Amino acid sequence: MNILYLLIPVGVLFLGAAIWLFIWSVRNGQYEDLEGPAYRILMDDDDPKIPGNQNKEKPEEKE
Amino acid sequence: MTNCFHCDLPVPPGATYKVLIEDIERPMCCPGCQAVAQAIVDNGLTNFYQFRTEKSKNTQLSMNGVLETLSLYDKPELQKDFVKIESGKHHQASLILEGIVCAACVWLNERHVMALPGVIEFHINYSTRRATVKWNDSKIKLSDILKAITDIGYIAHPFDPGRQEKIQKKERSKALRMLAVAGLGAMQVMMLAVAMYAGESQGMDANIQRFMRWVSLVISVPVVFYSSTVFFTSAWRDLKFRKLGMDVPVSLAIGAAFLASIWATVNDTGAVYFDSVTMFTFFLLSGRYLEMMARHRAGMAAEELVRLLPVTATRVSGESETVVSASELKVGDVVRIKPGETVPADGIIIEGRSSVDESLLTGESIPVNHVVGSNLVGGSVNVESPILLRIDKVGEDTVLSSIVRLLDRAQTEKPELAQVADRVAAWFVGAILIIATAVAIYWWQHSPENAFWITLSVLVVTCPCALSLATPAALVAATGQLTRKGLLITRGHALESLAKATHVIFDKTGTLTYGRLECKQVVSLNGDPDSLLLNIAAAVERGSEHPIARAIIEAATENKNVSDSEAITGRGVEATVEGRRYRVGKPDFVTEFNGKQLPHDYMQQQKTVIALGDEDNVIALFILNDVVRENASDVIAAIHHLGLSVSLLSGDQQAVVDAVARQLGIKHAYASMLPDQKLQHIQSLQKQGEVVVMVGDGVNDAPVLAAAQVSIAMGEGSQIAHASADMVLLSEQLSHITDGIKMSRRTLSVIKQNLSWALAYNLVALPLAAMGLVAPWMAAIGMSVSSLVVVINALRLTHE
Repeated sequence: MNILYLLIPVGVLFLGAAIWLFIWSVRNGQYEDLEGPAYRILMDDDDPKIPGNQNKEKPEEKE
Repeated sequence: MTNCFHCDLPVPPGATYKVLIEDIERPMCCPGCQAVAQAIVDNGLTNFYQFRTEKSKNTQLSMNGVLETLSLYDKPELQKDFVKIESGKHHQASLILEGIVCAACVWLNERHVMALPGVIEFHINYSTRRATVKWNDSKIKLSDILKAITDIGYIAHPFDPGRQEKIQKKERSKALRMLAVAGLGAMQVMMLAVAMYAGESQGMDANIQRFMRWVSLVISVPVVFYSSTVFFTSAWRDLKFRKLGMDVPVSLAIGAAFLASIWATVNDTGAVYFDSVTMFTFFLLSGRYLEMMARHRAGMAAEELVRLLPVTATRVSGESETVVSASELKVGDVVRIKPGETVPADGIIIEGRSSVDESLLTGESIPVNHVVGSNLVGGSVNVESPILLRIDKVGEDTVLSSIVRLLDRAQTEKPELAQVADRVAAWFVGAILIIATAVAIYWWQHSPENAFWITLSVLVVTCPCALSLATPAALVAATGQLTRKGLLITRGHALESLAKATHVIFDKTGTLTYGRLECKQVVSLNGDPDSLLLNIAAAVERGSEHPIARAIIEAATENKNVSDSEAITGRGVEATVEGRRYRVGKPDFVTEFNGKQLPHDYMQQQKTVIALGDEDNVIALFILNDVVRENASDVIAAIHHLGLSVSLLSGDQQAVVDAVARQLGIKHAYASMLPDQKLQHIQSLQKQGEVVVMVGDGVNDAPVLAAAQVSIAMGEGSQIAHASADMVLLSEQLSHITDGIKMSRRTLSVIKQNLSWALAYNLVALPLAAMGLVAPWMAAIGMSVSSLVVVINALRLTHE
């Protein structure tokens, strides 16, 4: 069972990483809009890539 | 009748506006919708019509005067209020978007604006309907971006996010971080705790156990010293004011359990409670987070009120006119207000006369006439003709600001039931502390070495985990379910009070009715058919933006040619139709024209009577009335069926109110009520022991809404009404009120089940713990199971 002495601290490190990631995402404003992204994924922005729709114009590239 | 493909309003007869969408000719109601739909098609965004789940807002009604003001936003002196300059050419601003009704609108706006050259970033927050835009100022002007948004039928106002919003954002992000630390910490500690409980019954290597305790200690440190600080500071504040709040025993339990666990870990004896400490912190923080979100949402409504003031004003000094930012106006300044513009501050008219839309303050949709010397209130909208206004109050002194202040006060004074809950909590807390002390004293005398552990296990066992979850869990489940339906709950106590309600009071205008005029009856005085009379009147009124004119135009079936039309502010319109001179407007305006009298009985009974006459005679009377909401009578019947009484309070005249009440089957209808009379009426009902639900929409309803035990504001009502209400009916479907009542009753019964379960658990566990019979792992499992039961029971509410 000595492996626990290694695995548990590794778990704690992962915990630290998870907290850091979460805080980073909060600071990044990812929790400001919890409804929008759910709908956004349904709106196809890749229409021109679908065969048959290729005649539609692609929006201008950004700088 | 066909409806507009874009906004779903009926297409006026004879209109031939059409747009080719996906190879099908779609009917449009007005040039505005046609232009917008055409712009959407031309920009290759036709998919919008597939994606959308709601019909769009009519564009013509809201667009008045918007376009002219857009270029003002390019002025640097104005931009300094709301534009952030990032690096040289990169500018950033926040926008409030009007007209967003569904997710497809967000998609449409983002696609359209991002396609503009020079726009670097454009992002809409769907929850708040606000957007941020970043652009390269050397390539595109802000006004061009705003114009592009208007092209597709939405209106964007730049705004200054303000201090309050920044504070709230900080508060939210801090609460989330605390929640994350507590939640992730609790999971880890719980995992180790389960291992240790298992080890206790099956045998575990002492070294490994000691090691696990130390690891739990390390993980708990940030949870206690970071996440739990909210409880400690608020408990300290309570104690300073000699109060016993919920946070006092919470802090005591967290603090004591944590210290005892540290002591046990260091000395390697007794039990550790790291799992209880972290789980408890996490549960309590989650409840508070949800509460805070609801509060912020309500606060946002109040904040949007402030932006009702226009950002620009046209200042007149001598001959010259300059456009200035509204915040620069001083007392004594003279401003010119064109039709369609918003009054920038309170003042007195010194030149011109016009009708002004004061629906913000009165909830009354028909514009009010004002002449030289009248006082105008900032935030109302000039409808008819240009006026000069001398400013006499600015900033904090304006009526609008005072209403905002009143609102703030009403909000802080409001939650009586929450106070009751606090008092109950204080008793509960007091009882726990007394019992724990008694237990401590008893065991100190009989078995000092066990006293500390037993006292602690009493505190942990009674830690009102299930008890504190019982109510919030049910409320959160029910609130979520109702929000999905379009009934937004802004205050925690609302559901509880709604379940106990005995009396529902409706306001009339805008609540039971749409607040929109419709031509109800045509009285032909010369024998001509109604449709002909309506067509003549509509021709005369064409071009007028007044709601009365719109109602008559909507009722007409044919377009007639009109010439030489002349509008007289506040009275009516005179024009030539098919060679004859007509007047349409107030009865006295028409009788002046031909010197005839009106049939007397029509003058008294109805609110809005419009006459049509030529030089010889009064030809017809049009009786206009508010349109009653479609399912209103079904809803009233359903509320009666639930055992509640219904009454109607209105500021309107007796005859009108009686007619609506009869139509809807309401027995108690009170007319001509001023706001303070409404207030008295509600208070006398409350004295008789009734629990009153008030449903209203206007600013005039705000004090009444605040007085009722539960208040529901209509989604399209004024912002002040929203802010003073406990619930907002975003869906505008009256039937959701009955759904709300039913749901609140179910919620209350779930809360009662939960509370009795939690209490029963505490009553059984407390004596056992006090006798020293509860092992730590038993207490922890008991606590978790009892909390789980409570949560699962609450989740039943999310199923229909």
